[in-house]
Amino acid sequence: MDLLISITVFVLAAYVGFEVITKVPPTLHTPLMSGSNAISGITIIGALVVAGRYGGMAGIILGFLAVSFATINVVGGFMVTDRMLEMFKSKDRS
Amino acid sequence: MSQVLAGYLYLIAAVLFIVGMKRLQSPATARRGNQIGALGMLLAIIVTLVRYQILNPWVIVAGLVVGGGIGLVLAKTVEMTAMPQLVAAFNGFGGGASALVAAAEFIEKSGSPTFDLRAAITVALTILVGGVTLSGSFVAYAKLQGLVPGRPFGYPGQKVGDALLAIVVVALVVWLIVGGSSLVMWILLALSLLLGIVRVIPIGGADMPVVISFLNAFSGIAAALAGFVIGENALIISGALVGASGLILTNIMVKAMNRTLGHVLFAAFGGDEGAGPAGDEEKPVHSASAEDVAITLGYADSVIVVPGYGLAVAQAQHNLRELADLLEERGVEVRYAIHPVAGRMPGHMNVLLAEADVPYEKLFALDEIEDDFPQTSVALVVGANDVVNPSARDDDSSPIYGMPILNVDLAKHAIVIKRSLSPGFAGIDNPLFYKDNTLMFFSDAKKAMSDIIAAVKEL
Repeated sequence: MDLLISITVFVLAAYVGFEVITKVPPTLHTPLMSGSNAISGITIIGALVVAGRYGGMAGIILGFLAVSFATINVVGGFMVTDRMLEMFKSKDRS
Repeated sequence: MSQVLAGYLYLIAAVLFIVGMKRLQSPATARRGNQIGALGMLLAIIVTLVRYQILNPWVIVAGLVVGGGIGLVLAKTVEMTAMPQLVAAFNGFGGGASALVAAAEFIEKSGSPTFDLRAAITVALTILVGGVTLSGSFVAYAKLQGLVPGRPFGYPGQKVGDALLAIVVVALVVWLIVGGSSLVMWILLALSLLLGIVRVIPIGGADMPVVISFLNAFSGIAAALAGFVIGENALIISGALVGASGLILTNIMVKAMNRTLGHVLFAAFGGDEGAGPAGDEEKPVHSASAEDVAITLGYADSVIVVPGYGLAVAQAQHNLRELADLLEERGVEVRYAIHPVAGRMPGHMNVLLAEADVPYEKLFALDEIEDDFPQTSVALVVGANDVVNPSARDDDSSPIYGMPILNVDLAKHAIVIKRSLSPGFAGIDNPLFYKDNTLMFFSDAKKAMSDIIAAVKEL
């Protein structure tokens, strides 16, 4: 893939990110951070590719560690965000 | 699976991330939004597994099981007060994964014809950014967890040492790009980790919200760079999203503390400058009993509660809500004023109050409520300090001068629940405590709440 296309995608995505995220209310900033953090665990894709592509011992070990680290980030991040957001639901208790 | 089909499916995953984040704009839709984001991630993972017909499935499965298990346990067991540490730790793992992806790519590919200049640049930068994120995040974790002192500190020659280290790291990045060996890569990784440690250790606990959001942005950039490495748009898009959200939150935090990012990262704060709160000692304060507080609250028209981290540490958020319920039954209007840096990360206090079932309609941000204090009968400060310090508004010699504060001192009465007169994280005295219409109730937040609840019931 052409580097210019990659950069274009990056810049446009960053712009969309700013537009969407500046409207998130302060109440939800912690879940936003932990949720977006979970999304950064998308490196799991890279980790999977690396873990799968190579046969060498170094590749296997690094790939295994990368997959584990990224999975901690993804699974933990989404679960804990869900736990937080669960507490924000339906507060019509009076 | 063909490249094209995989490309479309990754695009769908990226759209799911954006839709999910968009839904975070309201508490009512936020949970579904997070689930949509998780769905996008699941889709991306499945596509990847199918597409590459992974050679060694056991390594991948083992990694998924180990990582998934650790993540699951951590997420299920964490106390809400410990949330900032956990997010920092997760963040560190994300950065670490990015660095490892790049390292593995380098080891397997360097020297081959497919390893062009672009691959070399992205590998080198990913190792640098990922390494700094990994170690910096775990130092932040250790500070918040109390494993290393939270106080800011410096040491002689720190600036020179840091600058030298930074120059060496940059040189290594260049060396790796123009054709360094694996050894150069490992040294770069090691020094990037060192750089993250020495950069975060001197920063004080009060600045941790800024550091965490900044490192979060950094991990997003690491993910995007990893995307450049393996030529994958899904990583570039989500990395850009995370980078944007981290930078926005960093900016909000920095503004709320009237500081700049440069100040936070490169100047120790509070440790030595305002160290002398004991100046003119034994200033008179109005110390109150639980009964005094109960009477003041119970017969008020309106109360604005200002919760701080002292409340969170004492786990008193449930008791606070119980008190608020009691007061509301007596016809008192109760609202909550949340300073942007209350707690240990952006919006942390909101989560703690939500945990105690405080309706989010009653939570007000600084700019929504700061003008209401003069018309309010009582401002109840629970375990907060610097965010209600009028010096920030009135005393241009104060280190926190210019920081936006909640105008508790302008309310008709202020009640401050605090264990002692000790200064907060910023290490400066608070004139609010000595005002005529301020009542000080010296107690642990949780004990204070139950005592006041008992006293209100007696009214």
